[in-house]
Amino acid sequence: MKTQDLIDRFGLTAAAGKDGTDREIAGGYCGDLLSEVMANAPIGCVWMTIQVHQNIVAVAVLREMAAIVLAMDNQPDPETCEKADREKIPILLYSGTSYELAGKLYGAGIVNKTAGE
Amino acid sequence: MAALKKSFQLKSRDFMHAGEASISVQNMLKQIGIEPALIRRVAICAYEGEMNAVTHGENGNFRIEVNTDKIILDISDEGPGIEDIEKAMEKGFSTATEEYREMGFGAGMGLPNMETNSDRMDIESEKGQGTRVVMRFSLSPGSRKNET
Repeated sequence: MKTQDLIDRFGLTAAAGKDGTDREIAGGYCGDLLSEVMANAPIGCVWMTIQVHQNIVAVAVLREMAAIVLAMDNQPDPETCEKADREKIPILLYSGTSYELAGKLYGAGIVNKTAGE
Repeated sequence: MAALKKSFQLKSRDFMHAGEASISVQNMLKQIGIEPALIRRVAICAYEGEMNAVTHGENGNFRIEVNTDKIILDISDEGPGIEDIEKAMEKGFSTATEEYREMGFGAGMGLPNMETNSDRMDIESEKGQGTRVVMRFSLSPGSRKNET
């Protein structure tokens, strides 16, 4: 599944990084501690978090993520959007919880092959 | 291959640019054809080192060198220094402020992540004298500490 399919299928809104929505999703991860995500998120994953400041974009670039999802109606800071546009990292908005979306993604066949890879 | 060197200045609390040195290093290593698994290890170490210098340090300097047999990341700052290095290496120990914790820093995983993902890490630090962390990554698979 590509990021654009995820947006269409689960009613997400792209707040930034719209040029990067054609990437294939290779897994999912939930976390709000940046070092923990940096160490453990699978390469190419969709990352569900409630962090909204600009440092999330560097983490997503370095872990080669497909997208960041801000759960619970959290809104990205303006600087976060600028960086995400520049790095082509989609920032997606979801009104429900990370848990709920993670369940839907898992049900749609997005599973992690191995942790951290 | 001639040694490749690149260096970056890191400004204290400059979150607008924090992470850019690490992303630049990642791109550079991709361009010269370093294997993806090794780039990922270097990227984790670069990011943690860069964020430490930006959040705790002053006048940070971030340097990478790639030579025939290894990659060296050398990150230093003129910040407050580390009082007890052994304690700082403990998983979960952090001196991050409440403000930084709210931003997702201060998990107490930075230095342990750097040690786990490099083949060798050396820290020089004294209270009030700044901190220097040098990490080495072998380019020959046989002499690596780990492969994850």
